[in-house]
Amino acid sequence: MTLLEGDLAASVIERALRRGGDFAELYVEDRSGFSVSMDDGRVERPQLGHERGAAVRVVSGEATHFGHVDGLAEEDLLRVADSVAGAVGAGEGRARPLRPAARGASPHAVERAPGGVDSALKADLVRVCDERARSASSEVAQVRAGYADARRQVQVFNSEGRSAGDDRTRVRLGVQVVARRNGTVETGAETRGGHAGFELVESAAEEVAVSAARKALTMLDAVDAPSGRMPVVVGNGFGGVLLHEAVGHGLEADAVQKRASVYAGRIGDRLAQPFVTAYDDGRRAGEWGSDGIDDEGTSTQRTAIVEEGQLVSYLYDLVRARKAGAESTGNGRRESFRHLPVPRMTNTYFAPGEATPEELIAGTEHGLYAVSFGGGQVEPATGDFVFGVSEGYLIEGGKVTRPVRGATLVGNGVGALGAIDGVAGDLEIATGFCGKAGQQVPAGVGQPHVRIRALTVGGTAA
Amino acid sequence: MSGLGAAGSAELEPVGARAVEAALGAGADEAEAWVERSHGTDVRVYDGEVESLAEAGGRGLGLRVFVAQRPGYAYGTDLSDAGAAALARSAVEAAAVADVDEHAGLPDEVGAADVDGLHSPELASWSAERKIELALAIERAARSREGVSQVEDTVYADRDERSAIVSSSGLSASFAATAAWAYASAFAGEGADLMTGIGLGLGRSPAALDPEAIGGEAAGRALALAGARQPAGRRCPVVLDAFVAASFLGIIGGMLSADAVQRGRSLFAGREGDEVAAACVRLADAGTDPDGPASAPFDGEGSARRRTELIEDGRLATYLFDARTARKAGRSTTASAVRSSYRSPPSVGAANLVLESGEEDLEALVRRAGDGLLVTDVAGLHSGVNPVSGTFSVGATGRLIEGGELASPVREVTIANDLVAMLRAVEAVGSESRWVPFGGSVRAAPVLLGEMAVSGS
Repeated sequence: MTLLEGDLAASVIERALRRGGDFAELYVEDRSGFSVSMDDGRVERPQLGHERGAAVRVVSGEATHFGHVDGLAEEDLLRVADSVAGAVGAGEGRARPLRPAARGASPHAVERAPGGVDSALKADLVRVCDERARSASSEVAQVRAGYADARRQVQVFNSEGRSAGDDRTRVRLGVQVVARRNGTVETGAETRGGHAGFELVESAAEEVAVSAARKALTMLDAVDAPSGRMPVVVGNGFGGVLLHEAVGHGLEADAVQKRASVYAGRIGDRLAQPFVTAYDDGRRAGEWGSDGIDDEGTSTQRTAIVEEGQLVSYLYDLVRARKAGAESTGNGRRESFRHLPVPRMTNTYFAPGEATPEELIAGTEHGLYAVSFGGGQVEPATGDFVFGVSEGYLIEGGKVTRPVRGATLVGNGVGALGAIDGVAGDLEIATGFCGKAGQQVPAGVGQPHVRIRALTVGGTAA
Repeated sequence: MSGLGAAGSAELEPVGARAVEAALGAGADEAEAWVERSHGTDVRVYDGEVESLAEAGGRGLGLRVFVAQRPGYAYGTDLSDAGAAALARSAVEAAAVADVDEHAGLPDEVGAADVDGLHSPELASWSAERKIELALAIERAARSREGVSQVEDTVYADRDERSAIVSSSGLSASFAATAAWAYASAFAGEGADLMTGIGLGLGRSPAALDPEAIGGEAAGRALALAGARQPAGRRCPVVLDAFVAASFLGIIGGMLSADAVQRGRSLFAGREGDEVAAACVRLADAGTDPDGPASAPFDGEGSARRRTELIEDGRLATYLFDARTARKAGRSTTASAVRSSYRSPPSVGAANLVLESGEEDLEALVRRAGDGLLVTDVAGLHSGVNPVSGTFSVGATGRLIEGGELASPVREVTIANDLVAMLRAVEAVGSESRWVPFGGSVRAAPVLLGEMAVSGS
């Protein structure tokens, strides 16, 4: 896959450094995709997209200058390089010759490229989802199923001689079910997605649909959530959004360097029990947040962020790594060629522990079992977080009893991390979309079952 | 970036016309092209220096086709004839997998409203240096307030956007609009006392942005919260400030979409004409308000924008309709086809939601609350609201209200209720209304609510 030849890339970088700068980069991208949904019993909104463009960045001291262009015409690339150079102060920067592109084998196998699969088969997939979810119960009132695939081919060249490329394919199938019984209405959702080809989802429709329906139907029996502080067992898979929000964002080096993170200056501190280890891993095969390289051409890697309870690393892109005198951890990501890269998580998860989910629950006299979240939000500067529990149950006498609705977990990242008193072995990674600085990127969130000794549950019960 | 500033919006119409023609040639019965070009500047400053200066914007074309009442869509960045032809084939190919939708099709009613002042020529006269100076002034204004420990982020951004729509029914129209906005995020307090606050401003050009006001607001909001603690739970009156009120209104606006209603995904389904809110609640979609960030002459499918009363004196007057949902309901469009960009076909939503303001200022609302809670920030709103039933539980920060006065700052609080109960519990809408870009484009004022469950420690 070659979008752009090295010679042209080298002249663009040279032009960009014409008026000075410590670092220049050319990022080239071709993105295409298809999506279709089924809603209210009808296949709708089929769409195909194709976008192509490039971005030029020059870093001069602490300042970054950036411009982008649609299309890859030589004259446009040179013009954007001139325009970015024009914004940089006087002086002249030097570029090293580009090295031949490093091409490691991508750890992410794509067996059936979605671009070669008939759109009708993709539409059939959402049809099957709709049918299976509706046949789960007469109480299923509404079903929405969505399929999406995307391919991003990228090339990155920089003034340090780097030349790298990546060909990324992602697919995702998601189902949302609304169940209704008399005046009670509940929703349930399930998704399957990854850095993979059509093979990941082609036989998954039934499982995804049935799981979404089961969640919505279960919640019809829910009682109002309790309020107060109590132990919380957090489910595996999407439960890891808690780690992502409450810890991960605070480890992104931009927040750390602006002292906008509660984790600033805390490397080496013991923040959790010794059985707690967590990773950011952009290389984990086939996962939703995985890539071959990040969007600055650095190979993705597995970075331990918490090791045996100790905070061991932040997450860096090139600019923040240079400032810290560290190496990039392969976390420089961007939504598209129209955006500047910033430090972002890839797949973030707690490593498996020794316990079983059953033990964590049996050891809880009275608490909440938070299986899945509707989403969450954190203020990295304070570590305060909020999560809406989309599927939750009471734990009474060491047993999971009734489902609860309207539970919210409210807490602080450092406090919650320190309060983890059990980690199970059933690691799973789920698909998330992470928004930061106006950019959305796919991020994998995961964990095994984890118990937090005490957390504030905001409920609806009187 | 590509000399876009000089390009008039009318120049985009021939591009759209070629795409429509290509679509008809590829087998579409009807076709509609939406073409966008924008350019602008993003400035981020930190600690008195430029952190990044980016030239922003882009161009693209979205093509909607109907083939035997099956809708299809394709979008791309290649605006050449070859690009248009490829998009036309893609859109027709996509349509082949859609189910027949008897209500699908181009709108019967198209037109353009007169909206003054959407495009400010002032913007083009501002150099990058002046914009940087504005951002630095915002940062200084925030930093200079005693007790502010840090200004994490100060951003200035602007856009000059041209949009055109061309369809096979003979429609060809375009418009230009400018926008400029800025925000800052300040911290006050240290360690466990640290809290954050944002300040923001928006307008048609940077001349509309007051750096002292934006920086001062960020500082003031952070200072008001520094040292916040988790309070005991209670049931009490709650005052939402304008930012928070806007966030809730955005969610309510989404549920007033006829599309959500027709698909059984709105708590307002079947409630047109009903009392859904207290009598003091008046909510409208002001699609042509000259100050409205989302104002435009026409909506995402070419129907003339207008003002639509949604909740009048607490009574639900109408839902928001586009051509398709209107046909399905036997109604007329309210020009509520919304385009987030050329990358997706129009969906149904509000342009500018406006909550009519009342008589009392925030101080008076706090006095009326007596003993209660002022909420200045909510978190987890989108994950914490059941989109169908409207029940919600969200995290909140703010100030306790004691004896009609603001008292200690609080955090890690949750408030739980359901949206209709909340709308009915509105006791007063405040007088200080402002545009807030949360939950879409909303003009909101502070709101006093009767008793709500507030949980804490």
